[in-house]
Amino acid sequence: MHHRSFASARILAAMMAVGFMTIAPVAGQGPSAAASAAQAAEQPYTAPRTPDGQPDLQGFWTNQTYTRLERPDSVTTPFYTEEEVAAIEGRAATRESAQTEPGTIPDVHYDFTQFGLDRSQSTFARNLRTSLIVDPPNGKLPPVTAEGQRRAAEVAAARERRGGRWDAAENNQLDDRCIMMAGVGPPMLNTGYNSTYQIVQAPGYVMILVEMIHDARVIPLSAVGREPPPEAVRHWLGASRGRWEGETLVVETTNFNGKNPLRGSSDKMRVIERFTRVAEDTIMYRFTVEDEATWETPWTAEMPMRQIGGPIFEHACHEGNYGLYNTLVGARLEEQQAAEEAARPGRD
Amino acid sequence: MRTRYVLLTIAAAVAAAGLLLVVTPATAQAPAYRAPRAPDGRPDLNGIWQALNTAHWDIEPHAAGPSVVRELGTLSAVPGGLGVVDGDVIPYRPEALAARDENRANLLRRDPVIKCYLPGVPRGMYMPFPFQIIQSQQHIMIVHEYAGAVRTIYMDNHTEAPADSWMGWSNGHWDGDTLVVDTTGFNGMTWFDRAGNFHSDALHVVERITARSPETLLYEVTIEDPNVFTRPWQMSMPLYRRVEENAQILEFRCVEFVEDLIYGHLRKPASQ
Repeated sequence: MHHRSFASARILAAMMAVGFMTIAPVAGQGPSAAASAAQAAEQPYTAPRTPDGQPDLQGFWTNQTYTRLERPDSVTTPFYTEEEVAAIEGRAATRESAQTEPGTIPDVHYDFTQFGLDRSQSTFARNLRTSLIVDPPNGKLPPVTAEGQRRAAEVAAARERRGGRWDAAENNQLDDRCIMMAGVGPPMLNTGYNSTYQIVQAPGYVMILVEMIHDARVIPLSAVGREPPPEAVRHWLGASRGRWEGETLVVETTNFNGKNPLRGSSDKMRVIERFTRVAEDTIMYRFTVEDEATWETPWTAEMPMRQIGGPIFEHACHEGNYGLYNTLVGARLEEQQAAEEAARPGRD
Repeated sequence: MRTRYVLLTIAAAVAAAGLLLVVTPATAQAPAYRAPRAPDGRPDLNGIWQALNTAHWDIEPHAAGPSVVRELGTLSAVPGGLGVVDGDVIPYRPEALAARDENRANLLRRDPVIKCYLPGVPRGMYMPFPFQIIQSQQHIMIVHEYAGAVRTIYMDNHTEAPADSWMGWSNGHWDGDTLVVDTTGFNGMTWFDRAGNFHSDALHVVERITARSPETLLYEVTIEDPNVFTRPWQMSMPLYRRVEENAQILEFRCVEFVEDLIYGHLRKPASQ
C-alpha cells in the first residue's frame, strides 16, 4: 500500500504563499506586493489556539520526504511538476519496497519493508520542490570557507588515523552507536525512517519529541525570559530558545558541541527554525543555518511536516544495540580465525 | 498495673489508627493546598522538579555505606537514608528477596542505569537529576535530564501498551486536583534503585502527583507485581521545584560515557 496523499492545489498554493511571506521579515523588508496579493487571494490559514493562546502546533507530524537537501545537478527549476514527482516517488517506492533476498547480509541486518519502515509504506510529506534548500536560489549549499575546508581535511585525517570501522565502537557513526541520529539536528532533517515528531505546548514552553532515540527538545519561549546557557554548556542538540512571531514559532539554537556536524558545520553554528501551521494537517518548516566558520553565506531550506495519527513508541536504541556489540564480536573472531589460519603448519 | 494496661491499650489503638492512616488511600492525606490553575483549569504541575532524598541509592531505610568501587572512595559512597517505602520494608516473595540480594551483591554488572539504560518508572522520578513536566490537555510529558528519558502520559484515548518498553505505557486522569498516572507495559529490565530492588514485566505502577505548596509536589506511588511481591506496596516523597531563575533541563547523553564500559573489551588489540 503506497500512501499517495496528493495535497490539494489550494493547500499547495497556501504553502507557497507562506514561503513568500516568511522571506520578507527575514530580509528586513516590508511585505512585498506579491506576498500581499497572495495573502489576499488565499485567506491564510489561522491555527487553532491552545488554552493559553499560542497557535496550536500540537500533535504528531512527519517530515519524511523524497526531496534531497541539495538540488540534483541535472535539474534547473525550483519545482517539479506533479507528474515528475509522481514518477520519482514511483521509482523510489519500487526500489525501497524490494524485498531483500533471504539469507543475504542485507536480509540478516533487516529488511525495512518487513517493519513498514520504508518511506513507500509510511506517510510522507509531499513536496514539489527539487531541493529542500531554497536559498541560495540554485538549491545548493553555499561555498565552504577556507576555515571550513581546513576543518573538513582535519576531520578526514583524524578518521584515517583512528583505524577501521570495526576496530572500536567509537569508530562507528553516531547512529550506529545510538548516540544520535544524523538528521535529528536541529535542523530536523528527515532520518530515512521514523522521521516522526510529537509537539506538546505548555505555557512558556514548546516541546518537540523526536522519535529517533527519544530526543526531547524542550524549548523555553522568550516570555520565560531565558538566555541560552553559558558558552561552556554545549549539547549535541544545542540549546534552543523560542518566540512567537504572529502565527510562526521561531526557534534559535546555539551551544552545539560540534560533535555531530551538519554537512561539515562547526560548533559556532546557529540555526533559526520557523514553524508555521499552514493547514490543519500541515506545518511549513523552514530553517536558516548560519555558520561563518563553514559557509560563506547563511542558507535556508524549507519542507512541509504532515500530520500523522501517532502515537510515537519508545525508541530505546542504545538499550537494544545488539548490532554494534555483535559486529565487534564478529570482527574480533574473524581476526582470530585469520591468525590461526596463518599459523597453521603446512601453509607456505 | 491496671493503669498501665489501659495505657498500653490506648497506645495500641493509636498505633493501629496510625497504621490505618498510612494504609488509607493517599487521597485522605492529600494536602489542603490549592494549586494555581493551568489555562485549561487543571492544577498547574508545569515546572522543573527533582527529588531531594536517597531513594536513588536505596528506597528502603539504610545506613551510609562505602562505594562499590574502591578507587572512588567517598565519591560514590552511599549516604544514609530513612527510606521512602511506606512501612519501610518491601514485601518481597522469599525467592524474589534472594534475587534482590544477589542483585545487590553484583551491582556493577547488573544495575541497568550503570550502562546508561532508560531508568524506568518510578526510578527516573527520584534519580539525582531534574525532570520537567510539560502539561497540555491531551498529553503530559515527563522529560528527564538523565539519559534523555521521556514519557508521554496520555490523558485521553487510553489504550493498552502496544508492546513492552523501558519506560512503560502511561495513561493519566485527574482525580480532583491529583494527577493519577497508570503505567504498565514494562519490559522488566529496570530496577527501583541502586540497591538491587527490582520488579518483573508484570509491574503495574500507579502514581499520584499533587501540588502540596507552590514549590513542592507530593509524589505517591503504588507498586503492584504479583511475580515479585506478596501484596501491593507504596512509596511517597516530596518533589521540589528547581527555583533557580535559569533552571533548565540540560543534556545528559550518557551513551558516549559508557561505550568503553560496554564495548571496550571488544576493541581491536594494538598490533603486536
